[in-house]
Amino acid sequence: MDRKITIKVCMGTGGIAAGAEQVMQALKDELDGAGIKDATFIEKCRLQKVGCRGFCARDVLVDITIDGETSTYQYVEEGMVPRLVREHVIGGEPVQDWLVGDDYHVFHENQEKIILQDLGKIDPESIADYLEVEGYRAARKALTELSAAEVVETLKRSGLRGRGGGGFPAGLKWQYCAASEADQRYIICNADEGDPGAFMDRSVIEGNPHAVIEGMIIGGYAIGANLGYVYIRAEYPLAVDRLKAALTAARDKGFLGDNLFGTGFSFDIKVKLGAGAFVCGEETALIASIEGDRGMPRAKPPFPAHKGLWGKPTIINNVETLANVPPIINKGADWFASMGSETSKGTKVIALTGKIRNTGLIEIPMGMTLKEIIYDIGGGIEGDRLFKAVQTGGPSGGCIPQQHIDLPVDYEGLQSIGSMMGSGGMVVLDETDCMVAIAKFFLTFTQEESCGKCVPCRIGTKRLLEILTRITEGEGKRGDIELLQELAEDVRDASLCGLGMSAPNPVLSTIKYFRHEYEAHIDQKRCPAKTCNALLTFFIKEHRCVGCGMCLRACGVQAISGEKKQPHLIDQDKCIRCGACFDACKFHAVLKE
Amino acid sequence: MGKSIEHVLEKIYQKSKGHGENTIAILQDIQDGLGYINEEAVDWMSKKTGIATAKFYGVATFYSQFHLNPRGKNIVTVCSGTVCHVKGAQKIISRLKADLQLKGDAQTTRDMQFTLENVNCVGACSIAPVVTVNEKVFGKQNPDSMVKNIKAYKE
Repeated sequence: MDRKITIKVCMGTGGIAAGAEQVMQALKDELDGAGIKDATFIEKCRLQKVGCRGFCARDVLVDITIDGETSTYQYVEEGMVPRLVREHVIGGEPVQDWLVGDDYHVFHENQEKIILQDLGKIDPESIADYLEVEGYRAARKALTELSAAEVVETLKRSGLRGRGGGGFPAGLKWQYCAASEADQRYIICNADEGDPGAFMDRSVIEGNPHAVIEGMIIGGYAIGANLGYVYIRAEYPLAVDRLKAALTAARDKGFLGDNLFGTGFSFDIKVKLGAGAFVCGEETALIASIEGDRGMPRAKPPFPAHKGLWGKPTIINNVETLANVPPIINKGADWFASMGSETSKGTKVIALTGKIRNTGLIEIPMGMTLKEIIYDIGGGIEGDRLFKAVQTGGPSGGCIPQQHIDLPVDYEGLQSIGSMMGSGGMVVLDETDCMVAIAKFFLTFTQEESCGKCVPCRIGTKRLLEILTRITEGEGKRGDIELLQELAEDVRDASLCGLGMSAPNPVLSTIKYFRHEYEAHIDQKRCPAKTCNALLTFFIKEHRCVGCGMCLRACGVQAISGEKKQPHLIDQDKCIRCGACFDACKFHAVLKE
Repeated sequence: MGKSIEHVLEKIYQKSKGHGENTIAILQDIQDGLGYINEEAVDWMSKKTGIATAKFYGVATFYSQFHLNPRGKNIVTVCSGTVCHVKGAQKIISRLKADLQLKGDAQTTRDMQFTLENVNCVGACSIAPVVTVNEKVFGKQNPDSMVKNIKAYKE
């Protein structure tokens, strides 16, 4: 019997870090060595690299499909390849020991996929693969069967909202831009994914770059732009390479360039590397950066849809927003609008990370509850620790506690409790995370990334950070919480752009839901989560100490003494509470309280 | 300034004329050509283009991509995103600093072999904490494993 075999190896950033390149090479060598190509029982064997398949925590993931029957292996290493080829590829019997478990399937079953549908299935560097999953059909349909106004109308009816943060209706934005008088217009894809804890845009470009390109072609046609830019982070080298390769392939096939699909419409895309500034996620700052200046936002209006890049009407859409466009054109506005919640249609790609069992990239219908995301898809909290909060929306978002775990995740839902969707990062925190320290972490970030143009943001974030630092170092004073709240509200209300307006969210939401932690730091000089070192005392539990001397050597201030093989002792007067001994001890003999 | 440097700058200048003298693009080219943003190079370029040195420095200090000092042969970047942060990135940084004998704010070793930096997020949160050395990504690291990993880069 002639068998058809496909082997897929995850080659996203996560997969490669886990050793996917070595696995790929080993597979190649092993298949060649086994003479698979010429084997009479095999009609076709294809070894394929694919983009992110979501469950990055289990990388390297490998799919072996024989005659439509797929087995997925997890934690694959180079050394496992010979047995996989021998027993499964040649022998036809899956290697049971290494297969993914039920949790892998549960992780995927609870999702609803539009954007991630083809991710992890097609080779991102092969335009033929994309064409096989009906790629560029939507662009052809839009350009040859629909008028520009009909495309805009379809998008409006679909209810698609910007996936980058603000949630502005995408169709409406396109309509404004198309309606403005101009000899030239531009469409920009914002791939400057700056939120720490977010990687959906990177994964989409790494896994299916043509979907984004196709979305841009349709957008360009709808608003009457002949040139598009992708503004992408230089910190994403793999995504940049794959995007550039995809652009070249699209040009070769005639999907970019002059006279697309014989319609007379011309469109091309340029890649601009971001120079590293979080504020460039803001539209007007991004435009300034493409023009070669410091990425500083300006007051709106005029909105970029009227006056944007080089003074011309410009649309800026996020990666995920654009990747939603081809399926909407293919399947219709009603299909898209049938998914999701009342005000938020479709799905959302989420980077689910932190102290959770199943970390990775997921896609959910809008309106799914936090509980379903964290427990049904995420598998609950890592270790046996307790859930404390989930942080959404990156530095612009807030921390959501247990009491709101049944909240449906959509734009309005998250906003109603002081957080936001942002680009879709979700970081799960457990009982060992100090919420004051988390607020301080985000303020450190926003304070550093504030462009400095407007005073409330530049000085306000600095003062907020100073107060938070004081509290975590045991110097908190009565009245600090009220001062933080007042200052945070001022920064929120008076800042020029979204960065400053949302920077106080982490502070306000942690005070709102975890005020007791702030009070413990200030009134009792105590950190309940035991992470703020300055508020802890380190000591050695005598009966656990074997006298190995690791802590003694790790201590930078000679505060530890003790003979070899005898219990050691920490001199509290000398100790500067750096925690080095705690990290150095392999016997859990150093305790902190 | 050496002849070879001037040659590099002249080429950058000629290229920029065709692209409307984009400040960021010029700086990116200078950094590619010389390894960092060199004061003499900025002066030279400023005279040629008529763009004020203040504008060049304004842009160069605004973006994290630009470096005003020479960097080491190997660039070690510790991710300091949210997930890496809660999973112990700071401990990796302290340990690497000690291992590379970097004192105070110093980022580059005296022998110019290593530069230690941090980055806001490399977007590989599922495998946090993450450290990259040059272009290679190391996931699920801890201080011990990272000290071991950079050993391979030491001469």
